[in-house]
Amino acid sequence: MAAKPNNKQNGNARVVSRLVLIVVGMFGFGFALVPLYNVFCDLTGLNGKTSGSAAVIESIEVDKSREIKVEFLTMLNEDMPWKFEALQDSVKVYPGQPMKVDFIARNMTDKDMTGQAIPSVTPGLAAKYFQKTECFCFTEQVLKAGEEKVMPLLFIVDPSISEDMHEITLSYTFFIKPGTEGADRGVKTSSVSKALIN
Amino acid sequence: MRAAIRVAGFISLMLSSGQLLADYQLDMRPGVTSFSQGAYEIHTMVMWISVAIAVVVFGAMTYAIIYHRKSKGHKASSFDDNTTLEIVWTIIPFIILGFMAVPATKVLLEMEDTSNSDMSIKVTGYQWKWHYDYLGEDVSFFSNISTPDSLSLATSANVDRTAETYLLDVDNRMVIPVNKKVRMLFTANDVIHSWWIPDFGVKKDTIPGFINESWIKTDKPGVYRGQCTELCGTNHGFMPIVVEVKSEKDYMAWLAGKKAEAAEAAASAEKTWTMEEQMAHGEKVYATNCAACHQANGQGIPNVFPGLVGSPVAIGDIAKHIDVIINGVPGTAMQAFGGQLNDADIAALVTYERNAWGNDVGDMAQPADIKAAR
Amino acid sequence: MSAVIEEHHDDHHDHKPTGIGRWLFSTNHKDIGTMYLCFSFLMLFIGGTMALVIRAELFQPGLQFVEPEFFNQMTTLHGLIMVFGVIMPAFVGLANWMVPMMIGAPDMALPRMNNWSFWLLPGAFGLLIASLVMSIMGMGSAPNFGWTFYAPLSTTYGPASTDFFIFSVHMMGISSIMGAINIIATIMNMRAPGMTYMKMPIFVWTWFITAYLLIAVMPVLAGAVTMMLTDRNFGTSFFDAAGGGDPVMFQHIFWFFGHPEVYIMILPAFGVISQIVPTFARKKIFGYSSMVYATSSIAFLSFIVWAHHMFTTGMPVAAELFFMYATMLIAVPTGVKVFNWVSTMWKGSMTFETPMLFAISFIIMFSIGGFTGLMLAVAPADFQYHDTYFVVAHFHYVLVNGALYSIFAAVYFWLPKWTGNMYDEKLGKLHFWISTISINLLFFPMHFVGLAGMPRRIPDYNMQFAEFNQWATVGAFIFGFSQLILLYNIIKTARGRSTEKATSQVWEGAEGLEWTLPSPAPFHSFTTPPTVK
Repeated sequence: MAAKPNNKQNGNARVVSRLVLIVVGMFGFGFALVPLYNVFCDLTGLNGKTSGSAAVIESIEVDKSREIKVEFLTMLNEDMPWKFEALQDSVKVYPGQPMKVDFIARNMTDKDMTGQAIPSVTPGLAAKYFQKTECFCFTEQVLKAGEEKVMPLLFIVDPSISEDMHEITLSYTFFIKPGTEGADRGVKTSSVSKALIN
Repeated sequence: MRAAIRVAGFISLMLSSGQLLADYQLDMRPGVTSFSQGAYEIHTMVMWISVAIAVVVFGAMTYAIIYHRKSKGHKASSFDDNTTLEIVWTIIPFIILGFMAVPATKVLLEMEDTSNSDMSIKVTGYQWKWHYDYLGEDVSFFSNISTPDSLSLATSANVDRTAETYLLDVDNRMVIPVNKKVRMLFTANDVIHSWWIPDFGVKKDTIPGFINESWIKTDKPGVYRGQCTELCGTNHGFMPIVVEVKSEKDYMAWLAGKKAEAAEAAASAEKTWTMEEQMAHGEKVYATNCAACHQANGQGIPNVFPGLVGSPVAIGDIAKHIDVIINGVPGTAMQAFGGQLNDADIAALVTYERNAWGNDVGDMAQPADIKAAR
Repeated sequence: MSAVIEEHHDDHHDHKPTGIGRWLFSTNHKDIGTMYLCFSFLMLFIGGTMALVIRAELFQPGLQFVEPEFFNQMTTLHGLIMVFGVIMPAFVGLANWMVPMMIGAPDMALPRMNNWSFWLLPGAFGLLIASLVMSIMGMGSAPNFGWTFYAPLSTTYGPASTDFFIFSVHMMGISSIMGAINIIATIMNMRAPGMTYMKMPIFVWTWFITAYLLIAVMPVLAGAVTMMLTDRNFGTSFFDAAGGGDPVMFQHIFWFFGHPEVYIMILPAFGVISQIVPTFARKKIFGYSSMVYATSSIAFLSFIVWAHHMFTTGMPVAAELFFMYATMLIAVPTGVKVFNWVSTMWKGSMTFETPMLFAISFIIMFSIGGFTGLMLAVAPADFQYHDTYFVVAHFHYVLVNGALYSIFAAVYFWLPKWTGNMYDEKLGKLHFWISTISINLLFFPMHFVGLAGMPRRIPDYNMQFAEFNQWATVGAFIFGFSQLILLYNIIKTARGRSTEKATSQVWEGAEGLEWTLPSPAPFHSFTTPPTVK
């Protein structure tokens, strides 16, 4: 077999190293999609995700010309053994008006547990305008066995929200913090795989 | 020649979808809402445009296959390019696509407007059932497949497969009034499910931790059925959806009935039940909630789901038995049913499991015991 | 016995290595190509058996053969094996065999990496199939979450075998990436003098573009499964709402890979057809440059349409509209390609040997799949099709009646070049007709049951869907068993006992460097590059 001329080998090396760079770059891009996705969602509120930290609102003008109904839904993931309710089903607010709503959570078990509330807003486009200044969803909630806690939510609907938004639904889902007491989601479907261990 | 016949055969099959084989449903149903009808119209338009293009293109191919063949003595031409033609058959499809995109856009924009609804229902997907919560009405319930025997190879033969509603019937239907805009909110308890009623044209994924919305409005009373349309685990194929659309009067009556049922369940938690009552009720609760894993005969599946016949839990300490049902067994597939079943249901279930299949422990639990144990 | 040394006889130094080492340590593109093709054929039968288990269960309403949990494992592994173990390796095998010969190169640019690319695959699939064996032995479910492995079903709720699945996918991915790098380097650097880019055969072009798609998106898949791995085992929450993650983000990342992936599986098919039709029409491919531009447009567009798989997740309208329009646009360059093939046939002088039968069939049936794809692109209608058998019908039409048929066509087309023997034409035609009738019996009724409302991935269904499901099952068994005809034909041809010998050119209308080599092509070919005018 004739020896490959040297420039062909160099040519190969060049092409290959460039391609490997692309491969590594695309692998990184896959991971970059994570923050990119979050940034995109933060900017546009597109998937109903609200911010995970308190909004800082300077003085804001209340728009008394229209009212927005904000509805509250509560959900316990995987039948988490807590009681979780909003003290009000819904409130009517003016855009720009600060509002406080209380939620109650109670640990129904005899063990201390840690939960995390995850908010979700619909319509998704409204999420960007739903500013929480104080929320129990910003931190984990530790409830001792049997403990009940009142958890406040303070929010303002940004007046720049579009005119045709009249109704916002905010849903909180409480999850047991992964890795803590009682967290064993997913066991049902992986049950067959655990059969041998049992 | 054969190719030509084959091609013609398929085209005529597509064209005659309405007339031929009338017994078999070949096409999407137009359904009873403006979305399902909008979707049907677009579907039909795109399909027939596609058929038309196929007839032209396959027709040209067929012609070439018949006449431009070596065995007929046809000599090959030498053209291999025609820029004008290329431009024409790039632009024409582009225009046809634009023509399709306009009505599609209209229908889509209409579907997204959930404002000004008359009522709201929150739908939660569970493995493997649905939960409906009528917001503001204090009515909420689970909706399970009505034939839990369908879920396993061992018991599937017990169910009548020729039944018209086989795999499409539930114990508690979702009921809505006719002519009202019903806002639907969707979420899930565990994995992603998807709620779909073909006749409504509504399909939305239910995602744990997130909330989605859509709406339904129809002027046709009736019973409409659908299924879960996102793989969600073992029994994905066994969580049907049944929505009944009633007149407004009938809907109010149903709603009142549901509230009365809830009150009755609360009341029955106060009373003392007899053994017969509990065995009967317990058998039903067991069939709906437990038989999927522990099997109707209580034998379970060896190495997978423990049997309850003669099991330490079912014939041992009753308090422990109650605890297992309310709180589940951490680290196993036995979930906590405390949130899904009320006191009367759990009491009946405990009694049933302790006395059925020859267990015959003889004791029973009352709703008050369950309430105390929570 | 001449004392004269002949300079351009490639075949008289044809000392192939022997024994098992020949295959384990091969750096020869022909042998590696053969291994890829044999591997993919084996996987076709394995994945096909799983399909028959599925179709047997779906023959009638009721559960007759398998538990729902096992059924989910069948559908998952069937998909994974067919996508990653059949279609992709078969096309890589065809590329390995044909690309160097088509461009006048002696071998691939990186022959040792080529070896590793192949041998990763039996490892990867061994792992996957081992999880199935373990499942059958009662040790825990094999992957059961669909080939699309959405979170959280595959992360929080996945069986223990999921981590093996992830490892397996990583190995398949590395194999594909290395293969793609090899192909690009080969095409860019090793074309014979005079072979400019716009003189390359279309098969080489389509593989060139496909290779770029591979290196762009396989790493994203690797990222997705790595995120799954850390979510499952190292406490991250990429896809877990509980930790601030998002299951829908999984779908975005997966389909960013997934959509270009399906074009990776079809562009080489387009290339094969573009070689076969001109040969049997005895006429040059119509519109060579627009074929190249169309293929490139399809590849580019494939990056911006991924969310058409996610219309029901609750996307905002603006996004739904964008993805709808972009997806519909793909019909334009695809249509151009179909028109060009038909124009190649037009006024040609056609004969209909087996490769041509499969190629013509491809054009018709792939187009049908393309039309249902257009229907699926239209978002409001998609709400009725998504996750039903209508989608199953669509993708099987484009992947089986489409890609797999092009692979069959390629095998018949090039088998004489590979073995030096003509395959049995009668058996070839028999294979074609039985396959084609049964494959349509199998997949066409799925359109109807999907439109009637039958969801995907269910082991049991209501009576209203029974009739067409029965037809499909009958079609499946006939189609499955008819592949044994192909197996027999290949073995018979390779052994060459009672076969006609093949000439260099093999087919009357065949043009290209590969047809200037003797049949069988010598172990080392084009050790001295030819000059292309």
